[in-house]
Amino acid sequence: MKDNILQSLNLEKIAKFRELGLLGFIILLAIIIQLLNPAFLTFGNLRDLLTNTAILSILALGMMLVLITRGIDLSIGATLALSGMITALTVSAYGNLHPLLAILLGIMVGIICGVILGLLVSKIGILPIIASLGLMNVFRGLTFWVGGGEWVSAYQMPPSFKSIATSSFLGINTLVLIAVVIFLLFYYFVNNTITGRQIYAVGSNPDSARVSGINQTKILILVYTIMGGLSGLAGVLWVSKFASAQGDTATGYELTVIAACILGGVSIAGGVGKVTGVLLGAILLGVLSNGLPLINVSPFWQMGIEGMIILIAVLFNTNVKMLVEKNNLLRREI
Amino acid sequence: MSTRTINHIQDFSWKRFFLQWEWMLILLIIAIFTMNSSLSPYFLNYISITDATMTFLDKAFIVFPMVMIMIMREIDISVGSTVALSSVVMAVAYNAGVPMVLAIMICLLVGALCGLFNGFLLVKYKELSAVIVTLSTMILYRGIAYMILENQSSGGFPMWFSFFGWGYVGTIPFILILFLLLAVIFVLVLQKTIFGRHIYAIGSNPIASRFSGVKVDRVKLIVFTLAGLMAAITAVFLTSRMGSTRPNVANMYELDVIAMVALGGISTAGGKGKMLGAILAVFVIGYLQYGLGLINVPAQSLLVIIGLLLIISVTVTNLRMKGKLKKKTSN
Amino acid sequence: MLRRWVLYVLLLFVFGILVACGDDSETSGDAAGEGTTEEGQEETDGEQNRYAIVFKNTGNPYGEKEMEGFENAINELGAEAILRAPDQPTVEGQIQIIEELIAQQVDAIAIVGNDYDGLQPVLTKAMNQDIKVLSLDSAVNGDSRMVHINQADPEAIGRTQIQAVAEIIDNEGQFAVLSATSQASNQNLWIEWMQTELEEGDYGDMELVEVAYGDDLRDKSVSETEALLQSYPDLKAIVSPTTVGIAAASKVITDKGLQGEVVVTGLGLPSEMAEYINNGVSPWMYLWNPLDVGYLAGYAADALVEGEISGEVGDTFEAGDLGSYEVTESEDGTEVLLGEPFRFDEDNIDEWKEIY
Repeated sequence: MKDNILQSLNLEKIAKFRELGLLGFIILLAIIIQLLNPAFLTFGNLRDLLTNTAILSILALGMMLVLITRGIDLSIGATLALSGMITALTVSAYGNLHPLLAILLGIMVGIICGVILGLLVSKIGILPIIASLGLMNVFRGLTFWVGGGEWVSAYQMPPSFKSIATSSFLGINTLVLIAVVIFLLFYYFVNNTITGRQIYAVGSNPDSARVSGINQTKILILVYTIMGGLSGLAGVLWVSKFASAQGDTATGYELTVIAACILGGVSIAGGVGKVTGVLLGAILLGVLSNGLPLINVSPFWQMGIEGMIILIAVLFNTNVKMLVEKNNLLRREI
Repeated sequence: MSTRTINHIQDFSWKRFFLQWEWMLILLIIAIFTMNSSLSPYFLNYISITDATMTFLDKAFIVFPMVMIMIMREIDISVGSTVALSSVVMAVAYNAGVPMVLAIMICLLVGALCGLFNGFLLVKYKELSAVIVTLSTMILYRGIAYMILENQSSGGFPMWFSFFGWGYVGTIPFILILFLLLAVIFVLVLQKTIFGRHIYAIGSNPIASRFSGVKVDRVKLIVFTLAGLMAAITAVFLTSRMGSTRPNVANMYELDVIAMVALGGISTAGGKGKMLGAILAVFVIGYLQYGLGLINVPAQSLLVIIGLLLIISVTVTNLRMKGKLKKKTSN
Repeated sequence: MLRRWVLYVLLLFVFGILVACGDDSETSGDAAGEGTTEEGQEETDGEQNRYAIVFKNTGNPYGEKEMEGFENAINELGAEAILRAPDQPTVEGQIQIIEELIAQQVDAIAIVGNDYDGLQPVLTKAMNQDIKVLSLDSAVNGDSRMVHINQADPEAIGRTQIQAVAEIIDNEGQFAVLSATSQASNQNLWIEWMQTELEEGDYGDMELVEVAYGDDLRDKSVSETEALLQSYPDLKAIVSPTTVGIAAASKVITDKGLQGEVVVTGLGLPSEMAEYINNGVSPWMYLWNPLDVGYLAGYAADALVEGEISGEVGDTFEAGDLGSYEVTESEDGTEVLLGEPFRFDEDNIDEWKEIY
């Protein structure tokens, strides 16, 4: 027992260190971009950056839970599109629907998608990557089908719906606010609730988790439901932000979300991952997509540079971690 | 092929033999053939059935190494980008005056190097999972392809190059012959050699296999390099079919390939599944798509059908496996 | 025991779905066929002609309208229309669809190309089997088609947009172009003509500062627009010759309250742009009627199959409600030109936004 506590303390230290490394990397990147284009670190641009990163970070937090349980969810882009399309069609038909109800509707659609995936993964035991890949196709096909090949355009949406993404509270954009609230909820949830800790337990050692009486099925369904609900929420926010719902909304976005988690130090092998890290991962990607167009490089080089930076960030993180581990080992020997 | 399977099983029983996943896939193929030929008058003839293979076999070459990778509990999602990069390099090399044969060699080399780089990173940084590594290189490789060709397309290949994607040997498409040839080789390698057994060993227990003398790192390096090489072969066929290439080709191929492997009964939980299953799955998905295309099913329905097929068939395998497990424990 | 039953039930379910899906599409295909045979049978006793159109990708309202126009024309002609599109805008997907159409021995294929050169082998194969091939909207190269239906002259499209910007910003100031993907050949051609017009015309005080690529993705187009606004504080206008781009740019300008300071123009769907034309962010923009493009392509396909035209310069044919058209020389092969791009502004946007 004592050993366990010691170990978890060490792990926490490492995790903290890794986040510092990531933070340092983001700051370094920001300085470089700032030197190349002074417009980067201005109030207006940082506001854009945060607003654009809000949806990504909401999704990344959900994905973190999924990854912690050794799962993966490739269907979130399609879930997002489906919920966005259904919500957009609804508000275009019933213009006086309250925005909160629209958000709830989107979340419900997402939750249904999530529960289906959760059942496939936990009850039937299909591997998450395959189940979500299959559902990705199904949900995407449904989105095209529901939309009937058409888009829902800005003029069809009531102003109250579009204002979800453009309004602000105390000077903070609603999208950012929602992301912050979700972040705080997650922070509390994973660190201070029993269920939150059980998610980690299931991920780090499924067998011992089962032995210690954790209902694995329940945890898995919960995790995918949360992910689905967040995707549904993100769908509404996405459609509201861009004032357009398309069948191919957010195609391939799941990989960006997974990249944010991975950069934030979540391990695909399960059990490891912190909300602050994931947030930093999302911000790093946000800085890239905001900063790369600002620096004067050929648009054809943007993708290559992005890939290079992600790879360097991943390797940098790993090297830092190796170093810390070595130090710890030395300390223990002494 | 069936006799080989029989030899594999120690105490032979007909029931177990017919309960294999591969039979299910063969049944599926029969069902799809029946459905296709009853729905479309254009399906059931020699030309249609052989020509169909040209439409879906190009990406199927990546299925071989992907089976090995997934049996080892790894994954490679950079293969689509590898296809794009090696294809672009081949086209640029040819247009820079390199003879076509050499350009194809360069293409294969680039693909193999991409795969080797993935393998190297995985072996060097043990705690990095394959998803992380190949997700990064997925962006990187395609990014390099964009750097090289920018917004241009590149082509103008010699006439004979179109043979790869469009040519026949006798009346059989060349791509089908090469695919079947490689299929036999890969089945033998995975199912009959020590190398193949090592792959299964790594998948079922990586740590134990390391202690029992399996050179895990070397096996991983070889398999990932193979994935790159096969991606390059896909690139050759794909480029030949298009007659020119761009940095945005082969987008999301990795997911198509993973779907085929999954349908083939290979589980990413490691150590299980046969190469033959994945090869059959290629034809299941390919002919299903082709047949539905012949009756002009819209793309969105096609997505739903393929998605459901994947989920339902994997559900069936899983229930079956659970059933077996139960029997074992009750015994 | 129970497990095995579940297994069998699921197996049945798989086949059930397969057959059901097949049946579904068969009946829907039949329904489409029946609707047209009634009119068609008297003229062409025996085998009914089948014309296929292949769009870039599914779920695109512009494409749906183009296919609808094509279908309208084919129905008027009493033949059967086949509408196809891959789920992603890729060459690979289109090659596969064209192979399936060749196997069905359709009479003509009208293609909206995802790539200029990449479809040449498969379209050549189609033409070798005596299938008439024409492209519309987004062209394929001259060797892989018999004729191209051009919605509007690329030169006119490019030049008009520069003239529009010049008029809106009074010949003075910086402007930027927000394109789709860097791989879109028609976009690149229009941008080239924009640059030509800029050099040749009298636009002394106007400066094209950057061509950015939003990849036809909402999020990327928004980031690119924001970056343009940050990098060029004096930016006066954004020209975006693509629907997603122009709508995303307009949305950013609207949200930032920059109406009147930065204007947006270019090419876009009226439905997507109605909001921003009415709120003044985009005084006007252009597009052609995709229904007409598809409709003209339908009649051209029939003219090719019936042997009225062979795609040579000087051929003429009747295109239903649209009147008579002539095949003309284009840069690469021959084409039929639909007309000038149509201007959408405050006065007419509300009647068009419902249509496409």
